[in-house]
Amino acid sequence: MTDLDSLPPLDTSAPPQRVRLRTEPLPGLADALTESSNGHWQVAPEIVFDSQDVSVFYGPKQALTGVNLAIRRGQVTALIGPSGCGKTTFLRSLNRMNDSVPAFRIEGQILYHGHDIYGSGVDQVEVRRRIGMVFQKPNPFPKSIYDNVAWAPRNLGMRAGLDERVEKALRGAALWDEVKDRIKDSALGLSGGQQQRLCIARAIAIEPDVLLLDEPASALDPIATGAIEELVHTLKGRFTIVIVTHNMQQAARVADRTAFFSLESSQVGAVGTLIEFDDTTRIFGDPRDPRTRDYVNGRFG
Amino acid sequence: MKQGAEFDPATPLTPTGNLRRRQLFSKLAEYGATAAAVIAVGVLAIVTYTVFTRGAAALDLDFLIKGAPDGIGPELVGTAIIVAIATAMAMPVGVLIALYLTEYAGNRAAHLVKLTMDVMNGLPSIIIGLFIFGLMVNHHKQSGFAGSVALAIIMLPLIARGTQEVLQLVPVHQREAADALGVSRWRAVVGVVLPNAIGGIATATVLSVARAAGETAPLIFASSVFDPGSYYMNPFEALPNVSVRIYSLSEEANPEGFTEAWGLSMILISFILFASLGARALLARSKRKMAS
Repeated sequence: MTDLDSLPPLDTSAPPQRVRLRTEPLPGLADALTESSNGHWQVAPEIVFDSQDVSVFYGPKQALTGVNLAIRRGQVTALIGPSGCGKTTFLRSLNRMNDSVPAFRIEGQILYHGHDIYGSGVDQVEVRRRIGMVFQKPNPFPKSIYDNVAWAPRNLGMRAGLDERVEKALRGAALWDEVKDRIKDSALGLSGGQQQRLCIARAIAIEPDVLLLDEPASALDPIATGAIEELVHTLKGRFTIVIVTHNMQQAARVADRTAFFSLESSQVGAVGTLIEFDDTTRIFGDPRDPRTRDYVNGRFG
Repeated sequence: MKQGAEFDPATPLTPTGNLRRRQLFSKLAEYGATAAAVIAVGVLAIVTYTVFTRGAAALDLDFLIKGAPDGIGPELVGTAIIVAIATAMAMPVGVLIALYLTEYAGNRAAHLVKLTMDVMNGLPSIIIGLFIFGLMVNHHKQSGFAGSVALAIIMLPLIARGTQEVLQLVPVHQREAADALGVSRWRAVVGVVLPNAIGGIATATVLSVARAAGETAPLIFASSVFDPGSYYMNPFEALPNVSVRIYSLSEEANPEGFTEAWGLSMILISFILFASLGARALLARSKRKMAS
């Protein structure tokens, strides 16, 4: 695989580049360009995840219905909504973490760089190797700080330069300076916020393409939360990040695009539904859907 | 409907109606349960006390290291060899069965295997002894190894079920953390699940060793014709062993033999007590570690 650092830096955090064209674009180029409302052509951002009409069931209970959403490369996409709206279910479907849940069933397609995540011949271990995940509650292994970060690279055969890799991952997670003198100590001795950053270091040590963050700061105090948000800022661009949060201010602070999920009643009971997906500024400033407006203005949920 | 018709709420709060009788009944039940618990502890205390007072007379250094008629050294060595071989066979298989149950098996298969383990655990040891006799001894000869196989069959369900219980205590979030790193299942098991459960696995093994060390019936079939006078180390011969020796000494009409049998029993029971208590302490420690 390509070492991401050997590539020239790619500033994908900047807004999509605008290109003014006087003629129609070349045939092959047409797919990559979209015409914006004011007549400019712009380079379409690369899509990492393309969710097409995704519905999720746990046994007879439907948890999500008809989700269509495209997640762009190098950006931070936030999933917000009230409890039980299916945002975590959707996140966990992106790297097949729900496979171990009994009676889990998914309909529709989730394309990852054009490949169906649930397609035949797709190996869930390979999926997760490229799509890392950090959980709500910090879950370091009961090993040393070093071994926590080094464990996955060792098991994946990335033994060369392991010390440097561990240091780079810990630096990437803004934890190196705090732990460099006690890297052989147990990870369980770290504070909650440090443990969560360790889990992020552990996830980025194998250089995945995508990081899924499931309410990564919900178990942390405000200062540790600030550190995590800061970290999400520095990691974006290098990784495509999808973050679930119940904290709207957090979504507004860290995300480029925001998806609002809600529970909508249907014949089969309340089902998680994607209400609106747009630029974060739009979702919080001028949402199209009244339900989004009510939620972001704190009228319910 | 009129309120408060059943009683006058202003009367003193002393027992009324059949409350006295109900309280008496409740007390009786409590005393009965306490007595049963005391009896259980008492039985162990009496057995231990009896064995220790009668066995202590036999105990000295010669008794521990010499062969018959002075001591029981060959039996201790023989039992150690038989149980060690049995453990070497039962532990890996038992741990693998436990891993199958917790990591790989579907609900129905897991249920079937658990049931099998529980039935195996309840098998009378004399039947296992007879089975091994028919399989390995009859038309061949007695051997310590045959005894080991029989003991391994006895140990297997204890190790498998004990290990499975501690594996289930390994928190889900630890497994998820390993899974989310794109590491294959077996690596996750070896790297995360097993280290988390190592204390419990050791406990289950020690408990099963304590159980196996005292098993007599299978060894009467497999390894009972031996010369207690000298040391034997070859597991493909019949090996002197503790439980069969206790049995044969107590069959002899010889008062010195009785003392020797008590002495041997004392050593066996000390080992079992020590191993069980040690195993509990080990388990408590590893559970604390897991909880932190």
